[in-house]
Amino acid sequence: MNIVSILTLVVSSTLIFSAPLILTAIGGTFSERSGIVNVGLEGIMVIGAFSAVVFNLSFADKFGDATPWIALIVGGIAGIFFSLIHAVATITLRADHIISGTVLNLLAPSLAVFLVKVIYQKGQTDNIKQAFGYSDIPLLDRIPFLGQIFFSKTSIVAYIVIFISFVAWIIIFKTKFGLRLRSVGENPQAADTLGINVYLMRYSGVLISGLMGGLGGALFAQSISINFSISTIAGQGFMAMAAMIFGKWNPIGAMLSALFFGFAQSLSAVGSQISFIKNVPVVYLQVAPYVITIIVLVAFLGKYNGPKANGTNYIKSK
Amino acid sequence: MNNKLDKFFVPILSVIFGLLIGALIIALIGYNPILGYQSMLNSSLGNSLSIGETLRTATPLILTALGFAVANYVGLFNIGLSGQALAGWVGSIWFALVFDGLPKIILLPGSILAGILACALIGIIPGILKVFFNTSEVITTIMMNYILLFVSTHITHNIWPKSFMQGTDSTKIISNNASLRTEWLTNLTGGSRLNLGFLLALIFIILIYVLIKYTTLGFEIKTIGLNPIAAKYSGISLKKTIVSAMAISGGLAGLAGATEGLGTFQNFFIQSQSLGIGFDGMAVALLGSGSPIGIFISALLFAVLKNGAPGMNLAGIPPEIVNVIIAIIIFFVGAKYLIKYFITVEPKKEVKGEENK
Repeated sequence: MNIVSILTLVVSSTLIFSAPLILTAIGGTFSERSGIVNVGLEGIMVIGAFSAVVFNLSFADKFGDATPWIALIVGGIAGIFFSLIHAVATITLRADHIISGTVLNLLAPSLAVFLVKVIYQKGQTDNIKQAFGYSDIPLLDRIPFLGQIFFSKTSIVAYIVIFISFVAWIIIFKTKFGLRLRSVGENPQAADTLGINVYLMRYSGVLISGLMGGLGGALFAQSISINFSISTIAGQGFMAMAAMIFGKWNPIGAMLSALFFGFAQSLSAVGSQISFIKNVPVVYLQVAPYVITIIVLVAFLGKYNGPKANGTNYIKSK
Repeated sequence: MNNKLDKFFVPILSVIFGLLIGALIIALIGYNPILGYQSMLNSSLGNSLSIGETLRTATPLILTALGFAVANYVGLFNIGLSGQALAGWVGSIWFALVFDGLPKIILLPGSILAGILACALIGIIPGILKVFFNTSEVITTIMMNYILLFVSTHITHNIWPKSFMQGTDSTKIISNNASLRTEWLTNLTGGSRLNLGFLLALIFIILIYVLIKYTTLGFEIKTIGLNPIAAKYSGISLKKTIVSAMAISGGLAGLAGATEGLGTFQNFFIQSQSLGIGFDGMAVALLGSGSPIGIFISALLFAVLKNGAPGMNLAGIPPEIVNVIIAIIIFFVGAKYLIKYFITVEPKKEVKGEENK
């Protein structure tokens, strides 16, 4: 294999592995910026993946090429509804955020496989017929050298997702909504005193994380796993959480860390085809994202451990 | 009153709600919930074999739940139980295979201790990071679950010599001298996999009860959990106590893994996902509100549900419903404000603008 085709392979698989992580990590950022810890991202991704695959299988004939895109949205909406459980539990019912998030993670895989068995009478779905594949990005792929590496046989969705991370950054740091969202995550009491509806902002944060996590799961199922089973989402949600922390609760930071984690994952997936990393034990690449997250938390984050009121319940005074 | 409410009414009502909502789901997909539950009970308690298997299922749940509870007493969330239990499983099997020839009186305790020690050391890591760097133990333990999962596969594939293995993905069966199984328990329960691990779990329920209630360390652990600042000013070493609690917590999870390895499965085979006993143990501890007796009862209940899953299947209902019910139960335990709101006649007046952790 020559250097260009190796790079093309690594870049495109990095993008494909990263995109679901980026979406979910951005979702986690919204939730935690509003002060609600969301360890349930994994469960939300499971529900997104499940709904997207079921929709894709049922309607592929009707919608043709557009199916994966519509299924993506279906996954996002399912994610919103599922994250509502977390929102109601933590915001309205004052549940511990970690316990409620764990409930999502316990509930999602069992519920999804339960429904798969009810619908299809077997433990996993068939492969979907309409999936996100590889394509060239017109014009940009004609750029010599770089065009071939970055824009040919690549994932368009991934570029859209990277664009979304910039939009999310603008929303969180440059809009009135973002300012309010961050204020209830830092000091809900002060925000309340200024007339900001703490509960509304926190519900928005959690439901946005449901949307993004659902999209992430739907994207993963339709670009990587191609079907749905109990092992479709195995740790991606937690890796997205790691990316969010590594990115210091900033959507662009989350995107860059997710790209890095996707790079590690893609090396472990395509490494066997590349001669000079063939001999590296795959375990180093597999554990890299998790080890790096711990090291970053310990060494670089220092005092900044996320939004100040993250993980606390707010009880409005009467 | 409030304490009683927490310890009795919330768990009992949560279980009732969980079972009712489960019944509703079963009815919605067109099956008879009563038949489903009957078949479930029959499958988990119907004869001595199934009772034995149910007690066997409860064993690691009791131990991981105790592990979660000890960390929780000091105010930490040990979400890493599944990774720690996995390490305990690997550690105990490793010892048993290396020292294959030793007599039972050394090999069995040695293998168990190997599992416990491996995990106590692993449990210490998030504890140390917490006390020296204030790193969230929730995140470190979650990350460590995955690290340990991949490392266990790596050890199986690349580190263990061929002589340990039976095929590429599992080790050979350990020698009888390392096994927790005994004839009398097996015969008593019609050939089930119930083993001495269950008795160990019972012993540890008492030990942890004594630790928390009657020892200095237990007192310090509880004090830190209630108010770390007050504990510090009264001269308790936060660092030492928190790290010790995490070591005990990890060690208990390791023992759970060791009972799985030396008792239930008798070998190690690679895992594609985090061990279920980790998160189930956390659920058991939450339902049992952290008390050793509560944990025992909750573990039995969850074991009945888990072992009843095949019964659900016989009734035509996908067995995953059982885990859905468990998740719903924990939802209500977590959202106990809902239950309290309905059964407290006069809700306590809230402190103004209180921020509640």
